[in-house]
Amino acid sequence: MMSCDPRWALMAEYESAVALVTAAQAAHDAGYRHAEAYAPYAIEGLSEAIGFRRSRIPAFTLVGGLVGGAGGYFLQWYAAVQSYPEEIGARPLHSWPMFIPVTFEMTILFAAFTAFFAVLLGNGLPRLAHPIFDAPDFDLATRNRFFLCLRTDDPAFEQTKAVALLESTAPLRVEEVAR
Amino acid sequence: MTTPPVSADHEVLRPGWGYASVTDKIAGLVLTRPVRWPWLAAFLATFAGTVVYLSAMTYLFIKGVGIWGINIPVAWGFAIANFVWWVGIGHAGTFISAVLLLLRQRWRTSINRFAEAMTLFAAGMAGLFPILHLGRPWFAYWLAPYPDHMNLWPQWRSPLVWDVFAISTYLLVSALFWYLGMLPDLATLRDKAKTRGKQVTYGLLALGWRGESRHWARHETAYLLLAGLATPLVVSVHSVVAMDFGIGNTPGYHSTIFPPYFVCGALFSGFAMVLTIAIPLRRAFDLKDFITDVHLDHAAKVLLATGWLVAYGYLVENFMAFFSGDRYEIAMTVDRWAGAYAPVYWAMLAFNVLAPQVLWWRAARRNAVLLFALSIVVNVGMWMERVTIVVQSTHHDFMPSAWGLFVPTRWDWIFLFGSISMFAWLFLTFVRLLPTISISEMRELVKEKHDDEL
Repeated sequence: MMSCDPRWALMAEYESAVALVTAAQAAHDAGYRHAEAYAPYAIEGLSEAIGFRRSRIPAFTLVGGLVGGAGGYFLQWYAAVQSYPEEIGARPLHSWPMFIPVTFEMTILFAAFTAFFAVLLGNGLPRLAHPIFDAPDFDLATRNRFFLCLRTDDPAFEQTKAVALLESTAPLRVEEVAR
Repeated sequence: MTTPPVSADHEVLRPGWGYASVTDKIAGLVLTRPVRWPWLAAFLATFAGTVVYLSAMTYLFIKGVGIWGINIPVAWGFAIANFVWWVGIGHAGTFISAVLLLLRQRWRTSINRFAEAMTLFAAGMAGLFPILHLGRPWFAYWLAPYPDHMNLWPQWRSPLVWDVFAISTYLLVSALFWYLGMLPDLATLRDKAKTRGKQVTYGLLALGWRGESRHWARHETAYLLLAGLATPLVVSVHSVVAMDFGIGNTPGYHSTIFPPYFVCGALFSGFAMVLTIAIPLRRAFDLKDFITDVHLDHAAKVLLATGWLVAYGYLVENFMAFFSGDRYEIAMTVDRWAGAYAPVYWAMLAFNVLAPQVLWWRAARRNAVLLFALSIVVNVGMWMERVTIVVQSTHHDFMPSAWGLFVPTRWDWIFLFGSISMFAWLFLTFVRLLPTISISEMRELVKEKHDDEL
């Protein structure tokens, strides 16, 4: 029945980063696993407080780099040894030291693109429409205010307890966010 | 502890700034500041220069590279000297963004964004010259590896091919790094914009960034990874450019010192350009609270240090010529001292080695006017270094019968100043359309500075 709730979340607004981290921790301790915290800059300890432990971006980036490097090397090997072998003064066709610069550049290029797209993919961007954008004051989330959202579809969500939890964290205000 | 922090007096950020005021100040430069005549005059002048540059390119493509003063033996001329000069300038941005981020240098925060923009535009200017310089520019795409109907491939053992990969990787990775860092700021502009057009434009560019904690965590991880990837990339790019020369057997090119010497020269000229841009920028847009005298001081110290590394490169080049006992190297070096291009060589030494010594004095490092003048001197000096390497080395190679002089024509100068105009025009456009300083990182700085005081 949760999904029929016309509200997307309950939202509390804070004035400082410390208040948000404390509130996020409290929400996590109360069992909320889908709580969302919004801040105008990267706050140290916030993602840990909300329960976000590991990002797989480094692993993806490593794989991207390896693919790029291996692909770059293969491209050169295939071109110089298989497709168009060109003998110059009996020098070896598979002259690997000369293949290193391009291999290196392709490693960096693919790793960088993977890291970039991993951020977008992980964050579900681009997503131009989102319920939170219609929340009051939310335009300040990219300026100087901090927000915590308890989503109604969170299994731990229960109206009275959620309001009490948010009220106990000394917010500037608590609002409902429409779906 | 619930009151929002205000920055304490710390040298990289003046006191009294909070999250809101920092945001409003930097976003205001883009959204609300009216167009004023100094910017407009500069914009129109550089735009005119850009139009001249593009027209000159058209003429070049019609007539061919013969409009320049190049010949055999000096086949590369200004075009390649300009290319190397611009790539070098493009190095400081990524160095500031990536290396100083990994080294946790807080003074990078307020200068990284525009330094990265400078990098992109400078690398773009650089990337044009090798193509302009081609005898048949419509075949530029032959450098790309693709299975063509002629069954030919690029020559992987040539540094010129490495160059294509290095420069294009550098441009793309720098652009990604720049854009990733700017996403949260684009969201700020979207949220602060008052007109529909701006809201939609910045909204599309921000990709729906919401600043959720998981967003920030992934963003931070990827940003650090990109910094880690960009660091060896910065070093590799000018090393590869240096190998364009070092692998050739021309006296004056054929030297193992070239890669490190070029990388130091790149940082040297790049930091000079950062100062050339930062000093008028902070004055015109009233950013002295963010780009303080401490920033100038630090940049000046980097300039002094890299200047000495470059001086060491000059010294080793001269020493090795005689130590090698190679008569062609010796003849080339003597020609450098006393030949046709000797004035350029001595002026280069005066500009790059002698002039920066004034930076030993703290008062000089904090004197904006003097630093600005010095940064121009170093920019010119580094350009003369590139010209010395490219032109002087080739005009006097092995056989006296093959020697020849390069005299720049008016078109050589038009292409040099045209590229400078276009660079400046792109930068002026950037300043009014995108946040010049990273807003989200400045908020972090406000927080850190506040916490330091507690």
